[in-house]
Amino acid sequence: MSPTQWDFPVELCCRPMAFVTLTGLDVVYNAVHRAVWDAFCANRRADRVPISFKVLPGDHEYPKCRPKRTSYEWYIPKGILKTGWMNKHLNLVPALVVVFYELDWDEPQWKEKQSECATRVEIVRQSLQGRNTKVAVVLIQKKTPLPPGEDVIASERAAALCNACELSGKSLFVLPHTDHLVGYIIRLENAFYEHAQTYYYTEIRRVKSHKEFLNKTTHQLLFVRHQFKIAFFSELKQDTQNALKNYRTAYNLVHELRAHETNILEIKTMAGFINYKICRLCFQHNTPLDAIAQFRKHIDLCKKKIGSAELSFEHDAWMSKQFQAFGDLFDEAIKLGLTAIQTQNPGFYYQQAAYYAQERKQLAKTLCNHEASVMYPNPDPLETQTGVLDFYGQRSWRQGILSFDLSDPEKEKVGILAIQLKERNVVHSEIIITLLSNAVAQFKKYKCPRMKSHLMVQMGEEYYYAKDYTKALKLLDYVMCDYRSEGWWTLLTSVLTTALKCSYLMAQLKDYITYSLELLGRASTLKDDQKSRIEKNLINVLMNESPDPEPDCDILAVKTAQKLWADRISLAGSNIFTIGVQDFVPFVQCKAKFHAPSFHVDVPVQFDIYLKADCPHPIRFSKLCVSFNNQEYNQFCVIEEASKANEVLENLTQGKMCLVPGKTRKLLFKFVAKTEDVGKKIEITSVDLALGNETGRCVVLNWQGGGGDAASSQEALQAARSFKRRPKLPDNEVHWDSIIIQASTMIISRVPNISVHLLHEPPALTNEMYCLVVTVQSHEKTQIRDVKLTAGLKPGQDANLTQKTHVTLHGTELCDESYPALLTDIPVGDLHPGEQLEKMLYVRCGTVGSRMFLVYVSYLINTTVEEKEIVCKCHKDETVTIETVFPFDVAVKFVSTKFEHLERVYADIPFLLMTDLLSASPWALTIVSSELQLAPSMTTVDQLESQVDNVILQTGESASECFCLQCPSLGNIEGGVATGHYIISWKRTSAMENIPIITTVITLPHVIVENIPLHVNADLPSFGRVRESLPVKYHLQNKTDLVQDVEISVEPSDAFMFSGLKQIRLPAQAFYTYQYFCQATGSTHG
Amino acid sequence: MAVCIAVIAKENYPLYIRSTPTENELKFHYMVHTSLDVVDEKISAMGKALVDQRELYLGLLYPTEDYKVYGYVTNSKVKFVMVVDSSNTALRDNEIRSMFRKLHNSYTDVMCNPFYNPGDRIQAFDNMVTSMMIQVC
Repeated sequence: MSPTQWDFPVELCCRPMAFVTLTGLDVVYNAVHRAVWDAFCANRRADRVPISFKVLPGDHEYPKCRPKRTSYEWYIPKGILKTGWMNKHLNLVPALVVVFYELDWDEPQWKEKQSECATRVEIVRQSLQGRNTKVAVVLIQKKTPLPPGEDVIASERAAALCNACELSGKSLFVLPHTDHLVGYIIRLENAFYEHAQTYYYTEIRRVKSHKEFLNKTTHQLLFVRHQFKIAFFSELKQDTQNALKNYRTAYNLVHELRAHETNILEIKTMAGFINYKICRLCFQHNTPLDAIAQFRKHIDLCKKKIGSAELSFEHDAWMSKQFQAFGDLFDEAIKLGLTAIQTQNPGFYYQQAAYYAQERKQLAKTLCNHEASVMYPNPDPLETQTGVLDFYGQRSWRQGILSFDLSDPEKEKVGILAIQLKERNVVHSEIIITLLSNAVAQFKKYKCPRMKSHLMVQMGEEYYYAKDYTKALKLLDYVMCDYRSEGWWTLLTSVLTTALKCSYLMAQLKDYITYSLELLGRASTLKDDQKSRIEKNLINVLMNESPDPEPDCDILAVKTAQKLWADRISLAGSNIFTIGVQDFVPFVQCKAKFHAPSFHVDVPVQFDIYLKADCPHPIRFSKLCVSFNNQEYNQFCVIEEASKANEVLENLTQGKMCLVPGKTRKLLFKFVAKTEDVGKKIEITSVDLALGNETGRCVVLNWQGGGGDAASSQEALQAARSFKRRPKLPDNEVHWDSIIIQASTMIISRVPNISVHLLHEPPALTNEMYCLVVTVQSHEKTQIRDVKLTAGLKPGQDANLTQKTHVTLHGTELCDESYPALLTDIPVGDLHPGEQLEKMLYVRCGTVGSRMFLVYVSYLINTTVEEKEIVCKCHKDETVTIETVFPFDVAVKFVSTKFEHLERVYADIPFLLMTDLLSASPWALTIVSSELQLAPSMTTVDQLESQVDNVILQTGESASECFCLQCPSLGNIEGGVATGHYIISWKRTSAMENIPIITTVITLPHVIVENIPLHVNADLPSFGRVRESLPVKYHLQNKTDLVQDVEISVEPSDAFMFSGLKQIRLPAQAFYTYQYFCQATGSTHG
Repeated sequence: MAVCIAVIAKENYPLYIRSTPTENELKFHYMVHTSLDVVDEKISAMGKALVDQRELYLGLLYPTEDYKVYGYVTNSKVKFVMVVDSSNTALRDNEIRSMFRKLHNSYTDVMCNPFYNPGDRIQAFDNMVTSMMIQVC
């Protein structure tokens, strides 16, 4: 964009730098000079002194200095600040003129050269007459100079040169053209900078000296001008603190000026300039709060200074610029490291600038609505002789006139007209959109999504005014979902209304329909008359006609739009629009609900589609179809206008196709599920409702799943929370809020009509062939086919159980590890109605514990649903938990031949093994036989015959056996000696003949065998008679391999009379048995 | 007195919003809506503070040229937003605070009503709000 009158001048916005001109350099043809110039101007980084250099010829004419005024008494200023002044001191009047001259100290023609140099200096001085500009001379030398003081000729000649040129020694420099050029240049420019600062210091002093001559009545303007100049020179001097101070004073002085309609623009312009400088310096000094405070003050002071009512748009343009410039300054400061916050960032200033730009547009629209016949005045009152104004902020047709009275009202009128006509050509929208997009970028950065949305709405609206409808729609469409998702319906409606206008003007069918749908919906806050109008338009569009124009549209644009709509009608082609309603709030609501969460396959699946229209007038739909995850069902769930005799829909009348506003319409659908879908979920994937028909235009509203749109989830939540009582409705009507979407249902198998009974005698005994009798009886009315039985351990239990459980149908043989835990799909044939069948099942459980057994019967049956023959697979299962217990406990003990309990047995001495078998079964057990299998180390003393053959044990009864055994000496064996196994063969007493006998093997305990040295065995008769002799025989046995000396003494009891040796001593041979006899005669005691 | 008073649900949709009838209603809706940016930010910054020490009054949310927008948030994250004319210098922070307190009390009364369903747009609020709104003569 080219700069407009409201843009700040470049010289105001730049950073003022000391202006130094370099003369005597031939940068085009002289390589040395070129290098010197490059060193001055190339790569100027921030650490170099702030000087702006310019190469000028030595005889350059500088702006003439006006003769100094001796008295201000009769002087009346014509304005505040001349337009050329800043530029003059930035780029035209140097602080220092440097004369470059090639001269070595040992120059042979020194005299001539010296005078030439002096002439050059003189010429420069001539053209600077009256100014305080400094002059300096730089000698470009080929030789490296000697250290100061060593070169006598040099110092002599230097003094002479200074004298000739009337220079002080400080203004003469030597620049050796050697390797260290940049170093020398930096030293040089630092010296220049000092000179420049002195110059600006004297300038400030000079301006200040005028002050005493001024008086408050006629020289008010000069106070401001001088203050501004002092501040500006201070800036040039890089004294920003003083510059700021002086600008602040100047700012206060501006507002002290007497303001009138004629000079208000000038005052505002200058106030704006000075304010800009102050804010800029505040940011530079890193005091952003001062900048903001100054800006606020500035705005508060100037906000009401509107000036001429006919040109009030100028005030808004100026305000807009103030905000924009501050925003720019703020943004620049942020780029240099300042941190902004959410509530204080440049975005707000751009936003406000945009606001004023909008105001400007509004005012311009009302103030500049001249007839087309009004011609731009000739001669142009805005033209000036020089093409520019003399003073900032003045009117071109009365420059320099300070009087508040208009000397020439006619001229004023023409001038105003010219400005108004010029304003008409301004593209306001462009300005507004630029400012808004600046603001959007800022708010995005500072986490203000809603502010961003708001500004985007404004941008969209501005694009709409600028007739760029595509861009407008893009922006509006983008923000719509934000307002929708947060439920700000007023805002959404406002955005939609603009969007509808845009889509109308572009004749965008689909957009037009979409926005209409939502504006008619419950989220729209439009009044009913508006809704009526939109609905009428929508119906027109669906009938392939043009809609009426939207209100408040530009007349020309409407004309174009009408043509576009007419073209659309003639244009054949795809006129079906499918609109997904998930993301917005259309005026038809839809809910789908299956009657039950599951259906048996032999009953028809039923569901309702509920529809409700929110538009003001009834609307007719042409088609409704429902889609499922299994697409085969889709064909059954369609309602169409044409096919009246739809079988699926009962009582279909034309009224069904019409939606009455506010009334809930219920549509019932029925279909028969496929038998393959048993166990599967049937889901409604979408509901499509067609408005209009294919001959005209057709809009298909597409609900994903079982209905619901952008607003319905929140509504459902609210409805669920509410405990408001709903008014009673007639029976066939329902409250919309009370309908809960149920978009899926399960298809489950037909209910079986058979009975399954299990007959068995629990608990099961370990390892037995446990008999389970399954009885299946059919109660079906027709024959059932393909009856199959699956029985066994219920899957999903402990894996060890599977290893230790075996199932078979044949009870006659014992099953082993190879038998499965579950028998599947045993075919048992067909069953006629009422027929019954029995199946025996044998289970062998290897471990104790409880197990779950499953008996599952499946069959096929033919049945009719809705006059459709289907084959249903039915099944019934029974589960039973069976406990397994040990049939009996076996206890074993060792006793001596005298039935005394033995902890250990003695080698070669016979002992008794006693087994005790205690029945633990609740049922009678038959012990078929038992057997003792001895370990090799054990020998039997007598026959090992079973003593319990065919014994029947009732619960709690026990059967014992006794075996006489002997164990040879085996030495000391750790843990004892193995005894052998005890094998019991048994069965249930109640079990049938052919059931195999179960053998249980019990491992007998180990026994510790001990050797003894002497074994005494008494041989006593089992009884004696009184007064008859009783022979007593003692066997003594030496078990050692040594001869033992044995002393035997017999101590008879008083009841006996004793004969024989009472005491005997004899040697006992090793491994030898002695017999010792004695006789005793007993007597009875009374 | 206020020119616009709004009650915003926890989920940021408006429960109640009313502005002086003389002005453009839409403008205030936008203003209240955009102020939620600052409210959100303040609430998330506040999240770290102890619950019982939490200040419900959020203070000045943001100033525009012509209006000042103040915020207040209840413990259940229901927000109150009040727009005041910038030129109205009589309204100090303390007055704003007490107005919010009054609003909060009325809101509590509404919530105590067994026939009010939390989350629904509030109807019975007008009398109290009118007393706090600028009187249009």
